[in-house]
Amino acid sequence: MSSVIDYLPLILKGMLLTIEVAVLSLLISVLLGMIGALAKMSGSRIARSIAGIYTTVIRGMPDLVLMTLIFFGGQILLNNVGEKLGLEYIDVSPFVAGVITIGFIFGAYMAETFRGGILAVSRGEIEAGYAFGMTPMKVFMRITLPAMVRHALPGFGNNWLVLTKATALISIIGLHDMVFNALVAGGTTRKPFTFLCVVAFLYLLITGVSDIGIRWLDKRYSVGVRKA
Amino acid sequence: MDFQVIIDNLPLYFQGLRVTVMLVFFSLVLGLCLALPIALMATSKSTWVRILPKAYIYFFRGTPLIVQMYLIYHGMGQFEAIQNSFLWAIFKEAYMCALFAFALNTAGYTAEILRGTIEQTAFGEIEAAKACGMSRAMAYRRIILPSTFRRALPAYGNEVIFMLHGSALAGIITIVDLFGAAKIVNSRSFVPFESFITAGLFYLVITFIIVWGFKKAEHYWHAHLRPRES
Amino acid sequence: MTESVPALRVENIHKSFGSINVLKGISLEAYEQDVISILGSSGSGKSTLLRCINLLEIPSAGKVYVRGELIKMRQKKDGEHVAEDRKQVERIRSKLAMVFQQFNLWAHMTAIQNVMEAPIHVLKLSKAEAKEKAEAILHRVGLHEHMNYYPSQLSGGQQQRAAIARALAMDPDMLMFDEPTSALDPELVGEVLKVMQSLAEEGRTMLVVTHEMGFAREVSSRVLFVDSGRVEEDGVPEQVFNQPKSLRFQQFIAGSLK
Repeated sequence: MSSVIDYLPLILKGMLLTIEVAVLSLLISVLLGMIGALAKMSGSRIARSIAGIYTTVIRGMPDLVLMTLIFFGGQILLNNVGEKLGLEYIDVSPFVAGVITIGFIFGAYMAETFRGGILAVSRGEIEAGYAFGMTPMKVFMRITLPAMVRHALPGFGNNWLVLTKATALISIIGLHDMVFNALVAGGTTRKPFTFLCVVAFLYLLITGVSDIGIRWLDKRYSVGVRKA
Repeated sequence: MDFQVIIDNLPLYFQGLRVTVMLVFFSLVLGLCLALPIALMATSKSTWVRILPKAYIYFFRGTPLIVQMYLIYHGMGQFEAIQNSFLWAIFKEAYMCALFAFALNTAGYTAEILRGTIEQTAFGEIEAAKACGMSRAMAYRRIILPSTFRRALPAYGNEVIFMLHGSALAGIITIVDLFGAAKIVNSRSFVPFESFITAGLFYLVITFIIVWGFKKAEHYWHAHLRPRES
Repeated sequence: MTESVPALRVENIHKSFGSINVLKGISLEAYEQDVISILGSSGSGKSTLLRCINLLEIPSAGKVYVRGELIKMRQKKDGEHVAEDRKQVERIRSKLAMVFQQFNLWAHMTAIQNVMEAPIHVLKLSKAEAKEKAEAILHRVGLHEHMNYYPSQLSGGQQQRAAIARALAMDPDMLMFDEPTSALDPELVGEVLKVMQSLAEEGRTMLVVTHEMGFAREVSSRVLFVDSGRVEEDGVPEQVFNQPKSLRFQQFIAGSLK
């Protein structure tokens, strides 16, 4: 048992990394999601096509394949580009690769969630905004966006939960997250099951706390929204 | 971009495709068989009956698939009891570990889908069944479950796709599925972009087929929801 | 009562949706303190007429003058009509308040927040001024106790009264009502009509598209009957109801229960 306790700090350090990656990826995914949703609903056919390809392709392939693709393929792409520009060998750290990849992947899921949220905003409320003389920007900021946030909250929360679990894949590209560290510790102590159980427990902690947070947000912000 | 390598290796990809499809199919079938009893138990009025299935669902939905797979693949070897028993014949095979993990995982997600759908069954329909004198078992068999399967189709379609995507993890533990095939091609010929994008395209096509299939199924099974054809 | 400049003048408005001609040349004038009821069966174009005035629909032809000011419009290359000057449209809309059939209150704001919203963000009032005004108006429509409730927590009648309060808060030159009681349960219709009647008695200029014959007959100063996109009757209630000129209108009142 003592050996297990010795390695615990390592696992917790990995958990910190997991959370860091998850939060940063979330921010990127929200940004890309907003852009994607607006592009998909815009008047420009080019914007709609690009956004459409983005969401369809990303959601049609396994996260693992996309991650390996972006990490290894991206590294080579960057090097080729760097060569042509005469730059030195650019090393993409696994951390950056992991965050960008997960952010990029979940941007597609967020785009669909946000798009659904915007579509769910009552046409009449938007019309009332215009009828009272509001500018399109004012209507978007004061009426469409707040209503959309409330409608998109469940989907957003769900995406976050899936995202936190997806971060476990970064162990494959060499990031020392808790899964990676658990395998290391497990290998050394010949107790992989034990350490993986600890990791499973920590994930349950993350998802459990997230679940409570999402339910609190939902209760707080959906006071005005009529539930289906 | 060297796609000639890919073309030369297509047989390997198709072999991987076969492994992926088989693995996903059997995982889904096993998972579905498990999911129904779990879901039924989870909808029980008795707290004691509900606790175990709910804990199962909570565990398998709250932890990453890769952790679940590692627990079985790497973890089973920790226990001498298993190593000495007949179970070891199963657990030392990577394929079996993956199948087991995937089946348990999809059972958890599917059980949750079924549970939610069962509980959303229109109360009026259940009351009508009772009023006809149907026993609880018959009400389930003739009314609640048929309705549940129809309504759960869209959500289950999503789950099938997630299972397909999740199955790529098998390639990490030496199984030569689609992802595994791509890894082999890459390690032989150093074409990461081409090799993995090809695997990705295979997955994309299968995903489209599944989406199409479920649309057709929904069209058929949701006939009762369609407006009258004039 | 004739004034030199009518509050609203609509000249020969046409509106088509694709190949369907909804409005086929409607003209009307509304003066200060006029309370004009617009009657018509479903599909007659009466709501479209109202929506053409504040440009929620753009007329295919014709002119709209608000207080003598022409709303500038032009035709795009593909034949579609658009407003020329967006700022003008926004300014004019801020002076023409609308009450919708489906209330269209902003669901994520309380009643009082709904009433304060446009005064703050369009009229640029301070939050304190807007709040004071909103409270007074909500009191006037009988919603003082419910002002911190969300629309989903209010009855239909309460929601519509809140919507009327929202319209009043803009100090509009003219109030436009698009079938304000059509979406309400019969018992709730009365409370909304009562508020509308008090506004009329106050001297407000009102344009009301409605099915409520009682309101049209008792409260309005003028009645219009629109049928198939044209004005078939236009006059004071006594004259229109007692001596209707058009056959269609006679059929219309015979068909209604009031």
